[in-house]
Amino acid sequence: MEIQREERERLLKELLAGRFPDAAGRFGPFGGRYVPETLMAAVTRLEEGVRTTLRSPEFERQLAAELRDWVGRPTALTHAPELGRRWGAEVYLKREDLAHTGAHKINNAIGQALLAKQLGAKRIVAETGAGQHGVASAAACARVGLPCTVYMGAVDVARQAPNVDRMRRLGATVVAVESGDQTLRAAIDEAIRDWVSDPEGTYYLIGSAIGPHPYPYLVRELQAVIGREARAQLLERGGLPDAVFACVGGGSNAIGLFHAFLGDRDVRLIGVEAGGRGTALGDHSATLSAGRPGVLHGNYSMLLYDDDGLIHETHSVSAGLDYPGVGPEHAFLKAIGRVDYVTASDDEALAALDECCEAEGILPALESSHALAGAKRWAKENPGARILVGLSGRGDKDMPILAQYPSRKENRDVA
Amino acid sequence: MSLEPRQRIQKAIESSEGPALVAFLTAGFPAPKRFLDDLRTIAEVADAVEIGVPFSDPMADGVTIQRSSRAAIEQGVTLRWILDELARRDFELGAPVLLMSYLNPLLALGYESLASRAVEAGVDGFIVPDLPYEESEPLKSALDARGLALVQLVTPATPRERLRALTAASSGFVYAVTRTGTTGAGGLPAELADYLGAVKAASDIPVCAGFGVRERAHVELIGRHVDGVIVGSALVEVLERGEDPAAFLRSLRASA
Ligand SMILES: Cc1ncc(COP(=O)(O)O)c(C=O)c1O
Repeated sequence: MEIQREERERLLKELLAGRFPDAAGRFGPFGGRYVPETLMAAVTRLEEGVRTTLRSPEFERQLAAELRDWVGRPTALTHAPELGRRWGAEVYLKREDLAHTGAHKINNAIGQALLAKQLGAKRIVAETGAGQHGVASAAACARVGLPCTVYMGAVDVARQAPNVDRMRRLGATVVAVESGDQTLRAAIDEAIRDWVSDPEGTYYLIGSAIGPHPYPYLVRELQAVIGREARAQLLERGGLPDAVFACVGGGSNAIGLFHAFLGDRDVRLIGVEAGGRGTALGDHSATLSAGRPGVLHGNYSMLLYDDDGLIHETHSVSAGLDYPGVGPEHAFLKAIGRVDYVTASDDEALAALDECCEAEGILPALESSHALAGAKRWAKENPGARILVGLSGRGDKDMPILAQYPSRKENRDVA
Repeated sequence: MSLEPRQRIQKAIESSEGPALVAFLTAGFPAPKRFLDDLRTIAEVADAVEIGVPFSDPMADGVTIQRSSRAAIEQGVTLRWILDELARRDFELGAPVLLMSYLNPLLALGYESLASRAVEAGVDGFIVPDLPYEESEPLKSALDARGLALVQLVTPATPRERLRALTAASSGFVYAVTRTGTTGAGGLPAELADYLGAVKAASDIPVCAGFGVRERAHVELIGRHVDGVIVGSALVEVLERGEDPAAFLRSLRASA
């Protein structure tokens, strides 16, 4: 989608002035509410609930207390001197892996669970890819006292087994989805089917900055704490970064990290998508880099589909990035040129994971490892830069997958 | 003067003796080579036919239509294939046809091209389950220009004050979904009479109700309140079992 230069400037100013999403739930051309009529009343009620509740002093106080005392915020900003030495850069990591349940997903889950409770929901449904949002939702539902059902593709149930046990232990019902592509996309289809069956009593706790309006806005607002904290922490430690990196699946950690920096025009913002094992349709999940505008799961955004409009299966070594769509605000930020989107391959991400373990003693999630890989490549091209990387989660959940990829250290042990 | 496609649909519903029967089949299921024959047979009994365009992510559908959609896609059935098949047929259909499609295949083809190819193929209208009224303007104006119907859905979750706007925007007929949920599950809700009465009262064009219609008793019950019934998953299952779709449709219609 091509937008002229002056128009881009104007749209960015409007975004910074808080005019997006607009009344129709759009970020420029992207977003909207493409849901069955059965859900229109529910999304309208949610929109109203978000408007009246999210900024109410009582809700803000409650959320702030939960973020501090239960999630463990603020999360640390960690200086990474050894990665910096290797990359020729000054590297800082925003440590969402240290948040309760091990990823940024909890910021959104506890916020929406509190909101759902306030709006009178009887039960929660959620979808999950890597299992991190499922675990976060299970924990948040236990905390606020609501029953929780999590839909998870059967492929993901197998590749993220530790998280399935955690969800069940936290009291959630986990449903393995055998239909469709059996990954995140099919899990969302099934969560929506559940929601359509009871739009009054059921609250759909979506896990990324996707879905029909107001979800992309709601999730962004709940995740924006990441960037607000990181920006303040960096200012205390020498100033703004030259570039900020985050991995992009549906785009929630990235939008959360980027938002506070959008007005800092000298700060480059770079989203890293999953380049998978190649550039053919089906070998990657690089929606913004390779997709076209289309409609899936309630919004108009960039999307991976074939010439007949059928949504295409995707691939990534990381379950959390294995999704053919992306949040509409990212499509907008790309169209107006404020954020650049690049890809990192499975192999680059795996190498970055090992390097982060070895250099800093931190096991990042495979999703987050894409951000590290993107940052490393950029650092080599821009020596001496000050770089912030969003470490969206920890890699414990990836141990079953990593077993197929021996680390360099193990290779040395064998040799 | 000949009728516009959307008027053809409305007239077909209105001129039925007793409740009109609107039949749904997934295009190319169970076998693509049977599509035109099945369609012809069904259109001889039904008052209008909905042809389901299979989609990869049928999020408003239950297991039957999920299964038929997937099988059709695996056998190469696409929107273009359906339009080509319809355009090449050498017989007249006994009833108007509508395409029921999720939005993305329509977007991928482009609305202008969609509208002109639909006219060439003899399609009379569209039903788009993931396109609510608020987002429908671009497609609606492309279809309006060719006299094609865009059927609006209403559901029990639709606030009463919203009904009027939706029925006024609809053409051909109004699709009243009988209950919240996906297609396929059997049974009709207890409060059906009130709800269907409200839809009927709010609409200037015929109202047809569907979701959960499996037997003659359902047809009779719904027929007391609105102008027609839509039968989908039950018919797809008849085709799946290799039974005669015409006999099944007649069994729904025969008055006791
Ligand atoms: C650790 C981690 N990072 C990133 C993601 C990708 O999601 P998003 O793009 O919404 O941040 C996931 C999703 O499961 C995740 O678990």
